[in-house]
Amino acid sequence: MNEPINQISFKKEFTSQLNHPGSLLLYLLIILSAVFTISILFLIIGYILYKGIPNINLKMFEWNYNKENLSMLPTIINTLILTFLSLLFSVPVGVGSALYLVEYQKRSNKFVRLIQLTTQTLAGIPSIIYGLFGFLLFVVGLSWGYSLLGGALTLSIMVLPVIMNTTEESLKSVPDLYREGSYGLGVGKIRTIFHVVLPAALPGIVNGIILATGRVVGETAALIYTSGTVARVPSSIMGSGRSLAVQMYTLLSEGLYMDQAYACGVVLIVMVVLLNFTSSLLTKNESRN
Amino acid sequence: MNQETKDIISVNNVDLWYGPFQALKNINMNFKENDVTAMIGPSGCGKSTLLKSLNRMNDLVDSCKITGSFTFNGKDLTKGYDITDLRKRIGMVFQKPNLFPMSIYDNVAYGPRAHGIRKKRELDEIVETSLKQAAIWNETKDRLHKSALGLSGGQQQRICIARALAVKPQVLLMDEPTSALDPISTQYIEDLIEELKKDLSIIIVTHNMQQAARISDKTAFFLLGELIEFDNTDLIFTNPKDQRTRDYITGRFG
Repeated sequence: MNEPINQISFKKEFTSQLNHPGSLLLYLLIILSAVFTISILFLIIGYILYKGIPNINLKMFEWNYNKENLSMLPTIINTLILTFLSLLFSVPVGVGSALYLVEYQKRSNKFVRLIQLTTQTLAGIPSIIYGLFGFLLFVVGLSWGYSLLGGALTLSIMVLPVIMNTTEESLKSVPDLYREGSYGLGVGKIRTIFHVVLPAALPGIVNGIILATGRVVGETAALIYTSGTVARVPSSIMGSGRSLAVQMYTLLSEGLYMDQAYACGVVLIVMVVLLNFTSSLLTKNESRN
Repeated sequence: MNQETKDIISVNNVDLWYGPFQALKNINMNFKENDVTAMIGPSGCGKSTLLKSLNRMNDLVDSCKITGSFTFNGKDLTKGYDITDLRKRIGMVFQKPNLFPMSIYDNVAYGPRAHGIRKKRELDEIVETSLKQAAIWNETKDRLHKSALGLSGGQQQRICIARALAVKPQVLLMDEPTSALDPISTQYIEDLIEELKKDLSIIIVTHNMQQAARISDKTAFFLLGELIEFDNTDLIFTNPKDQRTRDYITGRFG
């Protein structure tokens, strides 16, 4: 059988580099950094799974949280409520303002540049600052006290720049040819945006939402001072409730419940993976049409 | 009887600037109904710019300033028409195929849908006629609901033509529609233009002089933003009046 001439095996690739020590060194370094990154990821996940899985039992998914049974269920539900509420606010506002910046303003406009600079700065601010802001505004200023709504609004302000930036980037990557094609048929701006530009930008936008969701699910600092640490599902969104990540943080800081904390970690990882998986599945189906 | 010589678009004393750069200088010309008019000239001579002004695609360019006037069907082109209505009547096919990432059917139905046609049977009919007009029906009828981006460049360009035809324009502007295509696809599109001119007026920008000679009734030669010569195609190519036209078509520059 003839050997294919276009498929270069690792061995051949490696031996062909032997004559060039410089490129061999770089080649090895690149492989090494890839291996290093992947192994750290697996190490962390593996360690948490190893420590956490044996500590997961059905009792942890019971409705009530008390001293004897540190149930996770209320905090899982709180996390879902927080995620839903914060995306409910941040996705329309974030996507809307990105649309305004990209589709309705000239790209060289000074005002646009200023907004972009601001959002990029906001994206880099530590989450505890957002927590402090949320505390001063919602808890104290509006005297809501600790509440899921206050926490969710704080988080939505926090992830707004993430959603804006990613949406902006994906809108910019939609070729102008599409816009011209649509305008050339006598189609108006709004219809062009909703029927051509947004569908083409959707995978990128969903990516931003996944990133934002990841930050919401994993957030603690911004929540402790806004939605509080009560470990049950409140009767309304104006009540206090801790998220799963906050639960994990409190268990760890008390120092007595390391096993339960690891179990929380496992559930948190599974939640994030599931969220990412479903949303990437959704976009795949969308973009196939 | 005078049908043949009716003007569909007139360009009157048009000057156009991109910022400080004057891209068109005092252009005056009349496009005849049911003619194929070719616009030729070296790169940067203003032919594409003029083409884009005819359906106001230049409005999208910030720094563009136009003076003078255009007349379309006897009415002022910029003041007499709503911009969406104007672009519906004066369709455009671009240099590169620019189908949307949707199915073939949705691409062709996009324009009619945007202009308010909802009934499926009506849309089906428009899609079929447009694809037939663009001579691509046989190749696409079994895959209407598959993505349009899986087709070859030449097929995509013909679907772009079908998409433009679906809103029933009076005039079709073509901006170097075959420059990204192979010779066989080019041939298809040239045959198509011959067929389409029975129903509409076509204005085509081309870099290919043989193409202009093959398909057009009238040819306009542009140089550095000026209209140098505009006459019947056979005259332009056999007996040009201006030395610069002669030099260009004999390949001495450009």
